[in-house]
Amino acid sequence: MATMRDLATPVENTWCPGCGNFGILMAMKRAIIQLGLEREEVVAITGIGCHGKVTNYIKVNGVHVIHGRVLPAATAIKLANHGLTVIGFAGDGDAYNIGMGHLSHAARRNPDITYVVHNNLIYALTTGQTSPTSERGFRTKSTPRGAFELAINPITQALASEASFVARGYAGDMHHLTELLKEAITHRGFALVDVLQPCVAWNRVNTYDFFRERVYKLEEAGHDPTDLRQAYDRAVEWEDRIPIGVFYRVERPTYRENFPVLSRGPLVRQRLDDVDISRLMKEFA
Amino acid sequence: MKSIGIRDNSVSFIVGGQAGQGITRSGSLLGKALMRGGFHVFGANDYPSVIRGSHNFYVLRASDEEIHSQADTADLLLALNKETVLLHEGEVTEGGAIIYDDRTEFVVGELKRDDVGLYPVPLSSVVEELEGAPIMRNTVALGAAIALVGFDVEIMKGVISDTFAGRTGIVELNHRAIEKGFEYAREVYGDSFSCRLKPSDESPGWIMPTGNDAIALGSIQAGCRLFAAYPMTPASPILHYLAAHDVEAGMAVIQTENEIAAFNMLVGASYAGLRAMTATSGGGFCLMVEALGLAAMTETPVVLVLGQRPGPSTGMATYSAQGDLLFAIHASQGEFPRVVVAPGDVDECFYRTMEAFNLAERYQVPAIILADKYLLESHKSTGPFDAGRVGIDRGDLVVVDEWTDAGEYLRYRITESGVSPRILPGTRGATVLANSNEHTEYGYTTVDPEKVVAMGDKRFRKLDSLREEVESLEPVRAYGAPDAAVTLVGWGSTKGPALEALKMLRRRGTEARFVQVVYMEPFPAEAVGEALRGGGRFVLLEANRTAQLGKLIRLNTGFTFEHVALKYDGRPFNPGEIAARVEEVA
Repeated sequence: MATMRDLATPVENTWCPGCGNFGILMAMKRAIIQLGLEREEVVAITGIGCHGKVTNYIKVNGVHVIHGRVLPAATAIKLANHGLTVIGFAGDGDAYNIGMGHLSHAARRNPDITYVVHNNLIYALTTGQTSPTSERGFRTKSTPRGAFELAINPITQALASEASFVARGYAGDMHHLTELLKEAITHRGFALVDVLQPCVAWNRVNTYDFFRERVYKLEEAGHDPTDLRQAYDRAVEWEDRIPIGVFYRVERPTYRENFPVLSRGPLVRQRLDDVDISRLMKEFA
Repeated sequence: MKSIGIRDNSVSFIVGGQAGQGITRSGSLLGKALMRGGFHVFGANDYPSVIRGSHNFYVLRASDEEIHSQADTADLLLALNKETVLLHEGEVTEGGAIIYDDRTEFVVGELKRDDVGLYPVPLSSVVEELEGAPIMRNTVALGAAIALVGFDVEIMKGVISDTFAGRTGIVELNHRAIEKGFEYAREVYGDSFSCRLKPSDESPGWIMPTGNDAIALGSIQAGCRLFAAYPMTPASPILHYLAAHDVEAGMAVIQTENEIAAFNMLVGASYAGLRAMTATSGGGFCLMVEALGLAAMTETPVVLVLGQRPGPSTGMATYSAQGDLLFAIHASQGEFPRVVVAPGDVDECFYRTMEAFNLAERYQVPAIILADKYLLESHKSTGPFDAGRVGIDRGDLVVVDEWTDAGEYLRYRITESGVSPRILPGTRGATVLANSNEHTEYGYTTVDPEKVVAMGDKRFRKLDSLREEVESLEPVRAYGAPDAAVTLVGWGSTKGPALEALKMLRRRGTEARFVQVVYMEPFPAEAVGEALRGGGRFVLLEANRTAQLGKLIRLNTGFTFEHVALKYDGRPFNPGEIAARVEEVA
């Protein structure tokens, strides 16, 4: 069972002081510890952006991949060795711009992985351009007259793709986020946790104050996460009240159940040299 | 077993008709039957022709000596529709035969040839009599063709039985269709046709795979455990074959949402410890290129099959080309070692695929198997593949339950060879960090100039031993007389027509040589230099517009070609055009 010390790395943290990423990282470490996981049982996959440094700051197995491609890599790692706990981390640019196409496909495959999206509604590492979750009219370096496009709603997108676990967390509520991440990790299937992450450097609109005034907890509001219709109704709330917690949850067969070869155990544990192609060659004879 | 053709000891067929008439199927079934009768066979398909939208044809050649490609002309044209007769009569050898439906009517002057035999057969009537589907007309034609060349109808029926095993109704109906065609041709035409394919009593036990089949089998034998791909001609048959045989292969087979996902899946799977492969064509490879760099930077072994077809862009989706050689060698930003190997026939497809897996894993680099439509979709007979010839070598992969070495596990440990031992993520007492950023030995991101140089040098130290090993893998193969006046130099699928051209030239009294470059990266400069030493004329043979191998050879050895034979119409070289070019420069 990992301890906080086990999960620490010697790398100096370069996130801005007060960045919402600290809350997400800490909540994840607490979730891993509270679930009793060993650090070698966990694989963290990160994309490109401020969040991508997570693999430098948490001592578990890791792959820092390229922009937007966390989900295909994470899906394959889980398929290769389903004994591992596979957790993907992405930013809003990663997940909802360049990697958006993979979200619905991961949802319909339903691999048993967790996908944590650090959603700060801005491009931060590239010094302040619009993000797919930036609201229409949001002024940035790349949108001096305000963003032209409607903001993507990650929750309705995930619900439409029939993701089997759809949740939103808030980086400013450590206890709630920790519990949410534990639920997501233990959920059998694809779990999206979109996390509202204040960016203290570039986003002067969606600040800690902005979220503190608006967020409320679904579980305290009588929401039934097994009801897809209710989930949609909650998912479209944003202006005055922003729900956090589990929107929707359903049990579905996971991706690996489709692969007969996995009935012999994890693929990485299977021998390579016991193949006999002489029978297969008969087809060509 | 003896084969008598019109021009040489091979008999060539063209089976042609509309898309959907089962052209490739018929042609390859005939090929299999002839192979079982002891003949070497080669078969290539062409679909759709640009002449008419939906015309397909399959070229089959059989001989009592090994053959490597189609011939220039066909001794026997099996025309399943009138269009086929009109499109292909010009390709029929003088004295050859055309089998067609006796209901086809030609107006006076429509047929241009008076030096070929016309063999109408009641294809439609037989099918109607048997109450079979119209597609069965091709089966009747096969029966007639077998009678004309004196082959054994029972062998053909055996192939049908095996192909449709378990579907008794279909087997019986097709058997009767073949018999009807066979009997009709024997009774009406007797021994009037000069070509002969008299089978031997015993089957030689050969196989007739395509390049795609051979690569798929090679990946299975190599222990590939995950195959992820997006359909793209001409590589899709690998996906189809592996998906149909996933249990026997022990493989997870995935059709992804795009090629980007496919390649990133390979990186994930390989990081976790699997051998993994994908297959695509140029357009799909374009989408994979960023992740190719990810594999290189994270030192994650992956294998990619690149089936070339004419570009740019969508180009001609169902035709062949060798235009992606320099792209494959240079694709993705930055500098990194990689393997690019170009097999030239089905045997090389099998063994070089196994080699690619070993090299990828031993040097922890991406490996590209560079092929093309002509190689991947053409059938060639050969002996059963020797499963033990190449073997599996996973290099520095340490599979242990627990990491007990002194000191922390370092994924990118600086070593003399440049290869850092891999362990499986999940190994107790260790964590494995792969990083697309430049990294420390553990894997943490760094921009420290000393560490950056040390890590870059480490990656490139692998290239030294990789290059040395490639030089030992017969990276260049030479065929024909060593002291020939003319040497052809080519790669990949041009091997087949080039070897046939050598035979053709020998019959005409000219000795020529063919040098095949198999490894493109690391480039076997030593072996190539040696093969190009000495006198004589050299002709560069490539299916592209810009002589890409020629450029590579010049870059690596300084050798410049004075003569080239470049073809870029999407069609394979015919032996005759290569032979003619040799005679021109000789």
